[in-house]
Amino acid sequence: MAIGWATGPKSLRAVAAARVSLKAAGAASLLLLAASGLAQSAEPAAAPVVAATVADPVTGPTVAPAAAAPAVDAGYERLAPTPDIGQPIPRGIHVQEQFTPVGKQALAMLDYVLNPISIFITALVLVLMTWCIIRYRASANPVPSTRAHNFTIEVIWTVVPALVLLAIAFPSFRLLAKQYFPPKADITIKATGYQWYWGYEYPDYGGISFDSLPLSEEDARKNGDPYLLDVDNRLVVPAGAVVKVLVTAADVIHSFAVPSFWVKMDAIPGRINETWFKVDRPGVYYGQCSEICGVKHSLMPIAVEVRTPEDFRRWVRMKQAEDGIEPTGPGIAPAPAATAAAPVSATTPADSVAVTTATAASAAVATAAAATAAASTPAA
Amino acid sequence: MASHADTHALQAHAGDHDSYHAHSPSFFTRWFLSTNHKDIGTLYLIFAIFAGVIGGGISGIMRWELANPGMQIIPWFTDGNLDAAHQLWNVFITGHGLIMIFFLVMPALIGGFGNWFVPIMIGAPDMAFPRLNNISYWLTTAAFVLFCSSMFVPGPPGFNGAGTGWTLYPPLSTSGHPGPAVDLVIFSIHIAGAASILGAINFITTIFNMRAPGMTMHKMPLFVWAVLVTAFMLLLSLPVLAGAITMLLTDRNFGTTFFAPDGGGDPVLYQHLFWFFGHPEVYIMIVPAFGIISHIISTFSRKPVFGYLGMAYAMCAIGFIGFIVWAHHMFTVGMPVNEQMYFTAATMIIAVPTGVKIFSWIATMWGGKITFETPMLWALGFIFMFVIGGVTGVVVANGGVDTVLHDTYYVIAHFHYVLSLGAVFALFAGFYYWFGKMWGKEYNEFLGKLHFWLFFIGVNVLFFPMHFLGQAGMPRRIPDYPEAFHYWNHIASIGYVIMGVGVLVFFLNIVVSLVGGRKAAANPWGEGATTLEWTLPSPVPFHQFETTPDLRGALGHH
Repeated sequence: MAIGWATGPKSLRAVAAARVSLKAAGAASLLLLAASGLAQSAEPAAAPVVAATVADPVTGPTVAPAAAAPAVDAGYERLAPTPDIGQPIPRGIHVQEQFTPVGKQALAMLDYVLNPISIFITALVLVLMTWCIIRYRASANPVPSTRAHNFTIEVIWTVVPALVLLAIAFPSFRLLAKQYFPPKADITIKATGYQWYWGYEYPDYGGISFDSLPLSEEDARKNGDPYLLDVDNRLVVPAGAVVKVLVTAADVIHSFAVPSFWVKMDAIPGRINETWFKVDRPGVYYGQCSEICGVKHSLMPIAVEVRTPEDFRRWVRMKQAEDGIEPTGPGIAPAPAATAAAPVSATTPADSVAVTTATAASAAVATAAAATAAASTPAA
Repeated sequence: MASHADTHALQAHAGDHDSYHAHSPSFFTRWFLSTNHKDIGTLYLIFAIFAGVIGGGISGIMRWELANPGMQIIPWFTDGNLDAAHQLWNVFITGHGLIMIFFLVMPALIGGFGNWFVPIMIGAPDMAFPRLNNISYWLTTAAFVLFCSSMFVPGPPGFNGAGTGWTLYPPLSTSGHPGPAVDLVIFSIHIAGAASILGAINFITTIFNMRAPGMTMHKMPLFVWAVLVTAFMLLLSLPVLAGAITMLLTDRNFGTTFFAPDGGGDPVLYQHLFWFFGHPEVYIMIVPAFGIISHIISTFSRKPVFGYLGMAYAMCAIGFIGFIVWAHHMFTVGMPVNEQMYFTAATMIIAVPTGVKIFSWIATMWGGKITFETPMLWALGFIFMFVIGGVTGVVVANGGVDTVLHDTYYVIAHFHYVLSLGAVFALFAGFYYWFGKMWGKEYNEFLGKLHFWLFFIGVNVLFFPMHFLGQAGMPRRIPDYPEAFHYWNHIASIGYVIMGVGVLVFFLNIVVSLVGGRKAAANPWGEGATTLEWTLPSPVPFHQFETTPDLRGALGHH
């Protein structure tokens, strides 16, 4: 039966997959009972990895940008994505590994509050139903009871769920507050949805702007980048910085989403929405447009490349040179030679230091940008 | 059960039912100019099955395409043109959603079973406005024809059909689709909505005015309560939808800018209006199902419904709260955080009356003398699947958590557990429960159970993996996906095939039972079936209740 599905040019691969899937189909029927539990048990395996990578943000897959002599303008290289990070895992059943403070808190909410309660309630109903089916089947209980009321139990099953929901509401509100009262931004970026690509602007850096189009299947395979997730020009941001993203659209509604940042914000014509993230680990993180926007809705992915502050500045200088913009912006402004901190950050994880300086330097520009943004967003 | 004695007395009237057939209209008069609630109910059921086959067939093509990454199947329909295939995909998802909602679930649950059994259950001879009833039905079919025709006229530049999703969000449905396809969809929804409003008026009037003596509100069967609540929700929510899509129409054709920012409008306004209708709409689809399930659980447990008043008022509460939670469909549009907190809290409150219903069904079974005929299997399946859909509903109700799940397959999984495994399970449950009553023949028990198990396993294999896909981040409404999503998509498509075989068994059962089924008894279910339809012969005569039943001595559900 599954073979019947395997048609078209990819039949070989599909047949192989179908064979696997048949085996899994048996498992899948079990799944409906066990799957939520399975989701839980699979999660701890992944969790330690999170801890490890987060603890040491610089040991990510930095494509040896430091090794290449940090000459001023040379040396921006596209980062290679890490399998299973910042993108869906093949056969994955759980939320992608999270890299932002919001994401970690939200995932904890899902893992330790919502999913356990969901599984408990489902299991409770299943047990009660099974008990009724076995104990009160006609052959086991030939004389039915006529009881149709019990005030006490009706009050209990009204009040207890209400209390459980109240218990859920408090962490839920805390999470919302964390999401929507962001810390002061270190860098502001504008993301604009078009049919069918994203455009990015960097007002803090002289208005660098570029379009971000999906890689063709051939290009993606050639680079080893994930097709339908990777793009020609990624959104590049510095690690450890609070990135404010102003999201809007030029034609129809799109949605800017990066699952591993717990970010999804609709891009609506005539509105500027604000979202934010702060990621310590350099790497590539993917998302896809998440609001139907017409014919090529599936073909406008989002790729965010988080770089060390030094690599980020190198990229900024390259972009500014490309666009003919005078070097400007936090950490860029004085002159290319002023980046004396470069060798240090290249060898040691002085990431935080670099970020602090960047933050301090950017204060003026950032506040200006923040002020304009605040004026135009209804996020209160 | 004092009510038994009273209702059995009514069967005396059934003895001379042959005289009811004296009035026998010609085929055309009976089926095209029908004013008989049972015939109109039958028409609605046939129509809903027909529309369901089309809507379900569309989802089969969708699952076929999604079985493997890449674009393999849909380009067959577009001579290999990939862009046209992407557009056709969007037309398919739009069509699947609107057809299943407006032309399968609503006509079947409300138009079909509601028309068939509400008058009988309250001891009325027919609906209050029989001709209104007829025009409700024919407007629904006209709406369906308009909707289907929209797929073949220009939509976005260069392509056919409305690829907007069933929500028709502007600007995609305005400047994004300059062709007339969206206009046809708007007309279609207008007409289907008008039909539903007329039907709602009819049900409310019937239930308030035509109850038999002694059939007080607090003795009404729960299905009647369910249809009453549903009718009020239709009456209050559909005009808002009509307003929203009229504004859409004038934005498209007459130069207004309600939803166009370049004229001072706001696309988000449409979303508020749409979901003010859209959220009650999902309860419109599930509340009648609650009614059907209550009857079936009670019948096959041979016990009265536990906590009858709690059940009735839980439905009222769900109906009311359903109107004040709409923006939980819009957590990512950039709402102020206080609004998000409100909609999070309000939405979670719905779990309380819903929980009351679930626990009351279990308590109805508790201590019963349960048998497991086909309708009972569907009802048990309904309860368990609805619980899964319910708890995932609580998950996505949390605005902060919904950020990552919004517009992903998690949401697809959630609402298919509630609708495809909820409302549709109740449809099948009701269809088998009342099969003999409606057609006068017994359905085939073996095929019914085979249908149930194939369908139950199929839909779970189909929809459960969608929770995984959604959590992993797969967006809705995409025909092609990153390779990492292949595995669970493939499993889901296999589930569709299993479910499809189950549906074939369903049709086989209809044919086998109607052709060769034994004659159904007036009450095949025995002591547990206490509502008035079981006091009438099967099939119910063309005119029921020559003498109005008198329930003044009956104890009802208490």
